[in-house]
Amino acid sequence: MSTAVGRPVNRVDGRCKVTGAARYTAEIVLPGLVHAAVVGADIPSGRVTAIGEERTRAADGVLSVLTHENLSRIATQPPLLPSLLGTAAPGETFFPMQDDVVHYAGQPVAIVIADSHERAQYAASLLDVTYERTDSTTTIDEGRAAAYEAETLFGRLLPARNERGDVVTALARAPVRVDVAHHYAANHHNALEPSATTAVWYGEHLTLYDSTMGIRASQLTVASLLGVPISHVRVITEFVGGGFGGKALTWPHVTLAAMAARHVRRPVRLSLTRPQTYTSNGHREEQEQWVSLGATKDGLLTAVRHEKLSVTSPFDDWAEPATGVTTQLYACENYLGFHRLIRGNTMTPTFTRCPGESLGVSTLEVAMDKLAYATGVDPVELRLRNHASVDDRGNAWSSDGLEECLRTGARRFGWAQRDPEPRSRREGDWLIGSGMSVAAYPVAFFMPVQQARVRIYSDGSAVMQSGTQEFGTGSTTVMTQVAADGLGMDIRDVTFESGDTDLPNASASVGSMGASMVSAAVHNAAVELRRQLVAMAVADTGSPLHGADPSAVVVHGSRMSLDDTAGAGESYAELMRRNHLTMTEALGSWTPPPMDTPHGLLTFGAHFVEVAVDPELGLVRVRRMVGVFAPGRVLNPKLARSQLMGGMLWGMSQALLEGNQMDPRLGRWGARNLGEYLVPVNADVPDVTVEFVDVTDTVVNPLGVKGVGEVGQVATAAAVMNAVFHATGRRIEKLPMTPELVMDPPDTPA
Amino acid sequence: MRPLGYTRVSTVDTAVAAVGADATSTFLAGGTTEVDLIRLGVSRPDVLVDINSLPLKEIAYTNDGGLRIGALARMSDVARSPEVTYNFPALSQSLLLGASEQLRNMASMGGNLCQRTRCAYFRDAVSPCNKREPGTGCSALDGLNRGHAVLGTSEQCIATHPSDAGVAMVAFDAIVHTVGPSGARSIPIDDFYLLPGASPDVEHPLEHGELIVGIEVPPAPSARRSLYLKFRDRQSYEFALVSVAAAIEVREGRVADVRLALGGVGTKPWRARRAEVALTGGPATPQAFANAAAHELEPASPRRYNAFKVPMAQRAMVRALTRAMNGGA
Repeated sequence: MSTAVGRPVNRVDGRCKVTGAARYTAEIVLPGLVHAAVVGADIPSGRVTAIGEERTRAADGVLSVLTHENLSRIATQPPLLPSLLGTAAPGETFFPMQDDVVHYAGQPVAIVIADSHERAQYAASLLDVTYERTDSTTTIDEGRAAAYEAETLFGRLLPARNERGDVVTALARAPVRVDVAHHYAANHHNALEPSATTAVWYGEHLTLYDSTMGIRASQLTVASLLGVPISHVRVITEFVGGGFGGKALTWPHVTLAAMAARHVRRPVRLSLTRPQTYTSNGHREEQEQWVSLGATKDGLLTAVRHEKLSVTSPFDDWAEPATGVTTQLYACENYLGFHRLIRGNTMTPTFTRCPGESLGVSTLEVAMDKLAYATGVDPVELRLRNHASVDDRGNAWSSDGLEECLRTGARRFGWAQRDPEPRSRREGDWLIGSGMSVAAYPVAFFMPVQQARVRIYSDGSAVMQSGTQEFGTGSTTVMTQVAADGLGMDIRDVTFESGDTDLPNASASVGSMGASMVSAAVHNAAVELRRQLVAMAVADTGSPLHGADPSAVVVHGSRMSLDDTAGAGESYAELMRRNHLTMTEALGSWTPPPMDTPHGLLTFGAHFVEVAVDPELGLVRVRRMVGVFAPGRVLNPKLARSQLMGGMLWGMSQALLEGNQMDPRLGRWGARNLGEYLVPVNADVPDVTVEFVDVTDTVVNPLGVKGVGEVGQVATAAAVMNAVFHATGRRIEKLPMTPELVMDPPDTPA
Repeated sequence: MRPLGYTRVSTVDTAVAAVGADATSTFLAGGTTEVDLIRLGVSRPDVLVDINSLPLKEIAYTNDGGLRIGALARMSDVARSPEVTYNFPALSQSLLLGASEQLRNMASMGGNLCQRTRCAYFRDAVSPCNKREPGTGCSALDGLNRGHAVLGTSEQCIATHPSDAGVAMVAFDAIVHTVGPSGARSIPIDDFYLLPGASPDVEHPLEHGELIVGIEVPPAPSARRSLYLKFRDRQSYEFALVSVAAAIEVREGRVADVRLALGGVGTKPWRARRAEVALTGGPATPQAFANAAAHELEPASPRRYNAFKVPMAQRAMVRALTRAMNGGA
């Protein structure tokens, strides 16, 4: 009966975005607004020994200078938890400017408040901070000897070690064994819009305009740190210029903006500069991963061992969990996965798009490619042979689709024509290769009850509201579609509102769960209001539907009628006006299944990639990408395609371009702008095919939506790595695969 | 951003007088690098003298078939002018492979030649850097030096010169015309770029207030079949790891004329004279090209992260020469 869901509806907010009418957080102007500039530490470790404020205070327009000496103390530091939980969710459990200790470069040591952004930045540059530097650790190489095994990850939500069977014995006895050891450079989010917060106090009540993927997380975190009632903190975000995880948790600058506003008794805007975004909202940590596979000669897995080593902050045990898919994608009785950490002088790493699995599954999928060569089994066939029919707890998948993704992708790509012999195809200066990988991403029911409210007015318009947020994914558009269908209305008559903590509760839009969890609440609210209005009509003696069986009433274009009685019926507006009802509303909620729900929960997909490699110069050009995914119901194929393609391109970028390197002597990131931190430009983007495989899922939520935010990026890098091997015959063990790693050594025969 | 004075001038003489009289002032042309550096706190002038109204935008043939390019001609205009695309394709290609179309529409040719290095330690305004603050040391020597130079380096500086157009200009023996407080002069482009030596902060032999007014490119028979190849991490909007401007004239199997210059590997746009000398008069064979390229890189001083540039530059030179001999890109 669906009319809007499943259609490639254009973004409802597209026009205001492309015409500039959309106002982002740093564009909100309030009466009396002043500006805060953050001064970050130049050193990675040590103490602030003196702060000379004289020149700063003398600069034009300066209102105040805050340092650890005069900033108020925080009330309660909440624990680090993923914002999907709907709780307070600080990005790190350290709050700056509470004492003189410096834990990482870029850590805020002062805030300068002035009457314009430019004057605040200039005055901040005049601040004379002196430091006492102590030894620092900022890289794996520096901290390797002091690594320790983590007990839990994700704020103790997940065990850091998972084991079944006897992997050591199984590896030792395996007829075929392959090993992979990879190094992955740190990634930064680089949202086009740097994070910004505007804080304004109305007496004891605080309003924050915050560029965030989780307004509720901002509200709860700031309330806790400031020690004010939750009801006194309201967070508003209308438009967000990208997040990619960097705005998923609440970082110190949000609360600092509120503290600054309270201090100067004026509204304060705090905008991070581009360089500050590299040290203010986390990053994907530098990491190494090892996968060992044991298998029979037919390629059936008998042992899987997956280890990760990465750098975290001095205060939090954070690692992207790299083994959540490895443990269950392939059937294997002997498994071990664990995470080791190094305490380093960085801020706490954080969710970065496709957290954990983008590189975790990449490591596994390069190992599977090696296994395919070691056994002579075709890579696609090898995956099909090993794909588990149940998860690691023995539960059948809520929905699967991997086999069809693999077969469809292979067909679309032309995989059958491939000669598996490495370095067997050349076109001029270029070696041509192809590679594939499996993608899978967990569906995680960490979130609490999700809520939405819908109102219909007597003029026939409807407003659906939920305290979610639009950060560029298209949620406003798809929720409008879901609301329209649930109500039986035309999409033009329905508006979706979000981005305000005064609206019904929803969790942060993270972990690929935004569309699924919010659509569930929106759908339930819409269906509930339709039920109420139909009930009113059949009970109303003035209605043409009086006395009808409510279950026989259908609604299309806001008009209620009996599907077998042409002509008899009326619109919501007619019913409401006759009953002098200006507005009527309903609340909808959705309670997610329990985390231990007895179903396997993964979203599946498959990647096929063709590359051209110039072996003399080490250049890699991706020529074609085919991605096939089974994300359950697709609410809007146009937006879903964009999301998946964005993920695939980021995966390509992880493989070839992206990476930040620490200068360990200075303890600072080498790249702190988009000139030095390379992301793909249009010229790098190949021909990309995105296809969907239909799977029906009755477990995950009422509409069967599994999410498309992350799965496009899972193991995309592995498909590129496997393709580069096929092209050149050489396995590159580091990402990004820059030319110096790819180019043939001097003695290579042509 | 620091408070700044700004003034606009409309003649060369007033421009030179204005900057010459004030040691804290500097010229402002397209501003595509300079404004960045001012924002970053790397360049710290008190006054900007805007020269964009000066009549220095011509692109024309000289009487002998060379080119005369006004210092304020925009990169995009030069790249697409028929005089350049027909007679000096390497120059056109080098311009089109640099920056982005938006930047090329703003950036001036004089400014392009005067670009400052992209060395992150120079640009961060914090790290020790002899080019930014003489005597503080060089952070790149033992730091993140993947993008840095292997030719023309010193113990004080290994920063790469970023210009693409400068590489083509060096290959074509361009001449830089200036007017300064002491009058007008002409500087061969190879002398216009100074090696860092002990004073990497001094990049050009210009006195304060001396203004580039034009660039002359003399005619060269091989230039019409010249080419510019640029190799980099991504395919657009990125500086070169290695680039090559090449032109070669072969008569009866012997190299009669060859011009070869490198970008991305030198502390200045690098004329590959060692290779040119080795090739001239000899056979135009792949082996000869490879030998000459190896000879050019013999004096290279690779560091921890940029050693790959030595073989990469050699291979790029061989490829550029081969293609130039076969009739262009």
